[in-house]
Amino acid sequence: MVHQIVEYLRNADPLIQMSAAAIVLTLLGIIFALTYYKKWRWLWREWITTVDHKKIGIMYLICALLMLFRGGVDALLMRTQLAFPNMNFLDSQHYNEIFSTHGTIMILFVAMPLIFAMMNIVVPLQIGARDVAFPFLNAVSFWLFFFGALLFNLSFVLGGSPDAGWVSYPPLAELSHSPGPGINYYVLSLQISGIGSIATGINFIVTILKMRAPGMTLMKMPLFAWSVLASCIVIIFAFPPLTVALALLGLDRIFGTHFFTMLHGGNPMMYVNLFWIWGHPEVYIAILPVYGILSEIVSTFSKKYIFGYKSMVASLMLISVISYFVWVHHFFTMGAGPGVNSFFAVASMAVGIPTGVKVFNWLFTMFRGRIRVTLPMLWALAFIPCFVIGGATGITLASAPSDYQLHNSYFVIAHFHQTLIGGAVFGLLAGMYYWWPKMFGFKLNETLGKWAFWFFNIGFYVCFMPQYALGFMGMTRRVYTYPAETGWGSLNFISTVGAYLMGIGFLFIVVQVLYSIRYGERDTTGDPWDGRTLEWSLPSPAPHYNFAQIPTINGRDAWWEMKQQRKAGSLVSENELKPIHMPNRTPLPFLMSLAFFVSGFGLVFNQFTIATVGLIGVIVCMLWRSLEDDRGYYLSVDEIKQTEASVRGA
Amino acid sequence: MEATEKTISDQKPQEHGMEEEEKYVLGFWLFLASDLVLFASLFATYLVLRTHTDGGPTEAQLFEIPVFMLETFLLLTSSYTCGLAMHALKNGHARRLIGWIAVTVLLGLAFVGIEINEFITYSSEGATMQRSAFLSAFYALVGTHGLHVSLGIVWLISVAIQLMRKSIQPTTARKFINAGLYWHFLDVVWVMIFTVVYLMGVMG
Repeated sequence: MVHQIVEYLRNADPLIQMSAAAIVLTLLGIIFALTYYKKWRWLWREWITTVDHKKIGIMYLICALLMLFRGGVDALLMRTQLAFPNMNFLDSQHYNEIFSTHGTIMILFVAMPLIFAMMNIVVPLQIGARDVAFPFLNAVSFWLFFFGALLFNLSFVLGGSPDAGWVSYPPLAELSHSPGPGINYYVLSLQISGIGSIATGINFIVTILKMRAPGMTLMKMPLFAWSVLASCIVIIFAFPPLTVALALLGLDRIFGTHFFTMLHGGNPMMYVNLFWIWGHPEVYIAILPVYGILSEIVSTFSKKYIFGYKSMVASLMLISVISYFVWVHHFFTMGAGPGVNSFFAVASMAVGIPTGVKVFNWLFTMFRGRIRVTLPMLWALAFIPCFVIGGATGITLASAPSDYQLHNSYFVIAHFHQTLIGGAVFGLLAGMYYWWPKMFGFKLNETLGKWAFWFFNIGFYVCFMPQYALGFMGMTRRVYTYPAETGWGSLNFISTVGAYLMGIGFLFIVVQVLYSIRYGERDTTGDPWDGRTLEWSLPSPAPHYNFAQIPTINGRDAWWEMKQQRKAGSLVSENELKPIHMPNRTPLPFLMSLAFFVSGFGLVFNQFTIATVGLIGVIVCMLWRSLEDDRGYYLSVDEIKQTEASVRGA
Repeated sequence: MEATEKTISDQKPQEHGMEEEEKYVLGFWLFLASDLVLFASLFATYLVLRTHTDGGPTEAQLFEIPVFMLETFLLLTSSYTCGLAMHALKNGHARRLIGWIAVTVLLGLAFVGIEINEFITYSSEGATMQRSAFLSAFYALVGTHGLHVSLGIVWLISVAIQLMRKSIQPTTARKFINAGLYWHFLDVVWVMIFTVVYLMGVMG
């Protein structure tokens, strides 16, 4: 194993060797800084062993932004290589690795953790709960994600990145065609983080169904919580097929079985089916919470109740159901026959109906509203037209006959980037700006944010509109270069310029965050946007127990109603405080996920001793948890009073 | 933080008794739903690949009726004894509960033992997981079920130890309810394996 890694690094591209050196230096720097400032204890006590949903959410956010940086760099490397015909910036192998890691990272290690960040930070606060249903499991989910992402990111310096696309289709991904450890990294890191995702799905369904504040019936629940519920239902039913697809591909590669091989009766299309039974619902997992975020933001910044609440709920649930009946549209060209293709084509188009309902509801909410164009609202406003174009091109692709022409072309690339950037990323950035004061207690600077917004938005259209045309002109996905005679040069160059504009936009966000940590407007009220839902009734950042008293809910937009009652002077006075039961912090989630990581790392290199040691570690941690007597602790009334006085009085 | 952490002496936390435990049971039902989709994916794979024998052994040549009947008998009986344990829990008989868990565990161990023996027999006849796509799918489906049963055995033992230490309380009762649900769930999956893999297999 060690020999293999050393050999790989010795022969690697200078770019990779430099990255390896940079990683070692960064790590040493972090270790030095933590030791110099004596922060190890703080890191361990406040973050690594925490079970607080707000801190876990912040850790998800930090990881997602770091991964966004890496995925973004991948994108820029690719766009640089494609800027001119016959470029020699990257060789074909390196290009293959980069588009594979770009796709995998952006979906699984950026979109997913960003969503989990919002869910973790907001859902318990919105429904008036003190934490999620299973705080321990929540920490397990995070650390599984963390170590999954770590394992994936180690691949490019320790043995080679996966290079069979983000979908890793066999037979290309089989041992016969990809003998290195790359695909093993892919299989095992996705497997590890996937377990965490299923656990998160279960956790939030129970949280939403069982832990709402008294009086908050389901139909009085904020739409973001509804959207998370819909998304989590999709998670728990969509991830198991991925688990199976990856496990069987792993068995093929590590144990020599024949599920998807070309020999001994294997069937590669079986993998493609299993993958997309997860893969398509996965994009709805990513987009559904964004619909919720949009609903909150549009309502808050229009100063109106959301238009068509019930139809919003119905369309969320409808999308989560239809999402299971569309997966074949990713491979109409498999040739399943007109009957099957027609069914999946019609089902795919049907998704447009509930989505259209939501778009109209947002527009009608804004109609005659008192609109304030703040940063969150700006991103929400940009989302709507962008996502509508993405949806329209989606309908084009959902039509099976036209898909035969467009399949695997740049048209597809442009379409899904339009829905995933113009949809998921715009919406998640809107959500990040919206809830940032709740997470950290200060607002992000508006001016820098507007620079970021315009660079990113204009960059987006400059980057991806030409790609639709390139698709029509016959440029296929995953080509690392093209001859000048194709005539694709100028549009590709424009597209690359757009990608760099988006990169500048991202840098502005980084600068904005760094600037605002020092100079950003402090949020002393806890309600900087004049919000409508319960999270804004708490100080920013919320105390670790969230609610000193669990509020009683009488209507939708509970906090808005409370504020109206308070203005009218009819709000009932506070009841007695009671001691609050809190869960203990624990190192077990971290250790258990570390054991998973060790096991996965062993399997990547077929080192079964290491893998077994890791698995034993996992089982020991599970038994430890089962047998330990962890009842949590109580916060006394005095402590609550002190904390409340310090956070509210400041 | 450290100063505020106090251990709790009373057995039931103030805010939540059985209501707290209900969350765990709902969560576990959701896990079972998710796990069912996992098995569904394996069943689908098996159904697609079951005829892909690549000239190697077929289902009808491999499966022996007495062996899989015995496995079925053992597992179904263990589900029954698990039900008796649940009955003992409802009546508050801690010792009887632990006794029935022990019987369930023994039946489960016998099941796993025979299954391992079955796999070894097949392999020695050349029907290994690497021989054909059909065999890959067979071992993956039945083996995943077998791994689940093994994990269930470890879990039931762990619950029995806790019942011996702490007797019946909301926490231990909930843990047994979940482990019992898991055990019955594996029984249901086995009934499907029995039908789809073994019965359909020997019928050819």
